[in-house]
Amino acid sequence: MHSTQTLKRTPLYAAHLEWGAKMVPFGGWEMPVQYSGILDEHAAVRERVGLFDISHMGEFLVAGPNAEAVLNELLSNDLRKITVGQAQYTLLCNETGGIVDDLIAYRVEPSVFLLIVNASNIEKDFTWMNARATKAVVFDNLSDKMAALALQGPSAAKVFTEAATLTHFGIARLGIFGRQSWVARTGYTGEDGFEIMCDGADAPALWTGLLERGKAFGIRPCGLGARDTLRLEMCYPLHGNDITEESTPLEAGLGKFVSFDKGAFVGRDMLAAQKEKGVDRKLVAFKMAEKCPPPRPHYSIVMNGRKIGEITSGTQSPTLGVGIGMGYVEAAEARPGTPIQIEIRGKRFAAVIEKKPILKRGQ
Amino acid sequence: MNVPKNLRYAKTHEWVRVEGDIAVVGITDHAQNELTDVVYVETPTVGSRAEAGKECAVVESVKAASDIYAPVSGDIVAVNEELSSAPELLNQDPYTKGWLFKVKISDPGELNELLSPDDYAHHIGA
Repeated sequence: MHSTQTLKRTPLYAAHLEWGAKMVPFGGWEMPVQYSGILDEHAAVRERVGLFDISHMGEFLVAGPNAEAVLNELLSNDLRKITVGQAQYTLLCNETGGIVDDLIAYRVEPSVFLLIVNASNIEKDFTWMNARATKAVVFDNLSDKMAALALQGPSAAKVFTEAATLTHFGIARLGIFGRQSWVARTGYTGEDGFEIMCDGADAPALWTGLLERGKAFGIRPCGLGARDTLRLEMCYPLHGNDITEESTPLEAGLGKFVSFDKGAFVGRDMLAAQKEKGVDRKLVAFKMAEKCPPPRPHYSIVMNGRKIGEITSGTQSPTLGVGIGMGYVEAAEARPGTPIQIEIRGKRFAAVIEKKPILKRGQ
Repeated sequence: MNVPKNLRYAKTHEWVRVEGDIAVVGITDHAQNELTDVVYVETPTVGSRAEAGKECAVVESVKAASDIYAPVSGDIVAVNEELSSAPELLNQDPYTKGWLFKVKISDPGELNELLSPDDYAHHIGA
């Protein structure tokens, strides 16, 4: 670790060491990158169930009669589409349409919203939203008080039976192990599962309890390494890599999370103009077509000897056993099926642009 | 962490087993444990020249690509072909089946620059 800056620790720090985690700095936090190994943890989530500490993520509460209206002027999606107990993926954009952050908004009461934002953007988002809220709302950053766990995999509902009746993208206040928490049927892996937002003090009991219950189902504690390979197989963007303040939702293929007909919101004018004119580059997914080193961020994407873009995320897919990734390419060359090349340490290797997600269900 | 007594070690976590004028090179148990699941190994070309302290192979885990440095100078006379289909051998058996390449030692004096097992164990805090 080269940074002298103090890294924050989640309430599960001691539990991670106890479970043999390898800890790494991530977004200002000291987080587990793996326990038994990325490949083993990845397979556990695809085939059985895994438990992640996602307490580094930020939680905001927005409440009051103006909450929906204020958020609808800040976020790209239309919150009027979700009712109490529902979640919505949405984007926080700047005036030029660039993505300040991506987040999930939960309507937990008619006029109360819980927002889950990315760890490294907590302070930035909170300041940004506060400065642009046009009407009075209660706006609270709960990130330091709350912890969050993600229980993910086809057996997740067998482990967390209390939440088995929750619908996809639903959220409810639920009790488990005598503790109340917000439980949502959401995740970042492409599998069924839950995200549990709880009081920091309750996190160790939930962690231990769920791992204990999950033993019969072959559960694994999972780190950020597997979280990254799982999300990349599903082509879920990672803010800071695949989407940034310099890229727009339309370029990133996230247009369906932008509501142009709901009225004004930050970035709308630029996005509407871009939609009208068409984008110059698109975020595409690709799969290597030959055996080669794993593709990594910043490697060049080449076509007919000409650089047409750059990788933003890449890895060896644990499920498919081949290199996969995403990156921006010139819009004219972005069609699935297009043969491309990835330049790795001076050599070029064949790849093909894939329809998202890279991991097709049933594979 | 396993540090066999019959090998010599580079500070950069490669091991060397001397067999006559040939140096068999691999990465240490400590190194494979730090790198985690190895998914790709780029070995040097047979006939190419290795320079002590210079990169001559790349080991890639899911998370990152790591350079491997030649512990001694000389011509590469063999590489472990099995690693192209079974890179996990580096994790499973770093000191025998997971060897990387063989160098025909051009300057035996360089071997004296390498660490003893005890010094390497101290170097990794074992």
